[in-house]
Amino acid sequence: MINPEVKLSPEIFKPEIKQEPTRFGFGEGLIIAGEADPNVVVLCADITSSTRCDGFRDRFPERFFEMGIAEQNMAVVAAGLALSGKIPFISSYATFSPGRNWEQIRSFIAYGNTNVNIVGAHAGISTGPDGATHQATEDLALMRVLPNMRIFIPCDSLEAKKATIAAAKIWGPDYLRLTREKTPVFTTDQTPFIPGRAEIFWEASKPQCAIIGCGPLVNNALLAAKDLAEEGINTIVVNNHTLKPMDEKTIIDVAKKCRAVVTVEEHQVTGGLGGAVAEILAKNCPTPMEFVGMQDTFGESGNMNELIEKYGMGTGAIKEAVKKVVKKR
Amino acid sequence: MAESYDKKVKFLEEMANKIRQKIIETLLEAGSGHSAATLGSADIFTALYFHILNHDPRKPDWPDRDRLVLSCGHYCPVQYVAMAYAGYFPLEELKTLRKINSRLQGHPHYGVLPGIEATSGPLGSGLSQAIGMALAARMDKKKHRIYCVTSDGEQDEGNVWEAVMFAGKNRLSNITAILDRNNIQIDGYTENVMPLEPLRAKYEAFNWHVLEVDGHNIEAIIDAANEAKSIYEKPTLIIAHTIPGKGVEFMECEFKYHGVPPTKDEAALALQELRTLCGKIEED
Repeated sequence: MINPEVKLSPEIFKPEIKQEPTRFGFGEGLIIAGEADPNVVVLCADITSSTRCDGFRDRFPERFFEMGIAEQNMAVVAAGLALSGKIPFISSYATFSPGRNWEQIRSFIAYGNTNVNIVGAHAGISTGPDGATHQATEDLALMRVLPNMRIFIPCDSLEAKKATIAAAKIWGPDYLRLTREKTPVFTTDQTPFIPGRAEIFWEASKPQCAIIGCGPLVNNALLAAKDLAEEGINTIVVNNHTLKPMDEKTIIDVAKKCRAVVTVEEHQVTGGLGGAVAEILAKNCPTPMEFVGMQDTFGESGNMNELIEKYGMGTGAIKEAVKKVVKKR
Repeated sequence: MAESYDKKVKFLEEMANKIRQKIIETLLEAGSGHSAATLGSADIFTALYFHILNHDPRKPDWPDRDRLVLSCGHYCPVQYVAMAYAGYFPLEELKTLRKINSRLQGHPHYGVLPGIEATSGPLGSGLSQAIGMALAARMDKKKHRIYCVTSDGEQDEGNVWEAVMFAGKNRLSNITAILDRNNIQIDGYTENVMPLEPLRAKYEAFNWHVLEVDGHNIEAIIDAANEAKSIYEKPTLIIAHTIPGKGVEFMECEFKYHGVPPTKDEAALALQELRTLCGKIEED
């Protein structure tokens, strides 16, 4: 059953639910953060509208910097701004930032421990027709190995807005992962977003499996949980929006309760959410796991739904993974 | 006036010599590090820390201080030595360079040693950090300047030219970059590894004001830094032509000393040369 405490949208599971890309919520959050603190500045690399920084640019032109197609310079200029007390957000597609400029992020933002917020848009295979060059499925692994880095993966547009506002207030390097396509807005203004705390979105009695997800695929996880409940398999669904620092307590609690875990992410199953959960469980309470995500392969062109199905991240694939892991309890 | 000016120049020249000696001692103690460029740029760092920079070693966080970003992080022994002589920390601490639990990391780490303005070492990114500081200063209507010491070898990096282009576009006249043109990098002479010339024309084409000086003439370095302050429409690059290993004859212009410290015997010889100005004066 949906956890009533997290106040999810009453429209959840309905076909007419509002759909909006997570990057839209980021754009709204950025303006709110900019109004709250005059030190918030935004840097873009020639894709200002696409990353939804245009609203901030039009509202605060003196605090917006067009960097051109130069992600390496963008990351380090942001570090310099942060060293002078500014709160920069740098935005591009995740394949290029933190992809192309990873070493600059490592040295001058993570190691230098500067207050820079890195925004990777168009992450995951749902980026669609642009093809694999533009589908970041490695960015979480790249960011997770960096000391000092925090990682937020909003599950919908509203959560992206909350995460953006939070990132501006939290001192230190943050990575915010965004997606291109419209996905259901299934949380509400009342849904809690506390950095570093995973939320249980679904919990049925005597659960046999914990589905731990991040990003818009959490909606698929919830759909799978609902179907499975009708088939007599009860689960818990966790929205793990903060990949680092990870909410170890919640992960361990649900693993102990269910004795089987499925992770769901639009990312390679190595090095991202699945890897992070496996590390925690191996250390604290070894638990059978299945990993839904990209299975060591690149994507291709196609529309979002086709790709999610083909690469095994749809509702059906999540249900299969649950059934498989439940047998290993 | 003229007399006090001459005195000042003499003081700076003597300081540069002291800094060179301390570099030799510090690198010998460390057992690793870069000899050639640190000796070669000693006059530049002397000019910066003892005349050009508006700074206060007792108040390293003073908001209106000039910033110095070292882009070529491997030069840090000369910066640490100059900072110690300027009063940022005791000379004794130089013995900890590159050793465990030290504030003097092999390449500078922001946040552990007051006065170090930025992390550096991975080449080609210092100017970008300086640009961030320059943008912030402009937004905050601050008058301080941002200095960036950069090497010639690191001009190979693409990140440099992204930064050069951006600073030119945005007319960041509060930046003075000083490029140590010593013509060497680890694999050999710069023009063999990856030709940089015409360097001046390249920067000018990117809308920079470019000056060239003898990087061992402290007066000329100071004059150029003063001229840069009067340029309101562009960032300024001072190309400082230097001799790597300057002051120690057997190291001069030898790229094999780029990335190594002196041996014990070499250090003794180097110190003797520096103390006697290559035999021109008697040792004390």
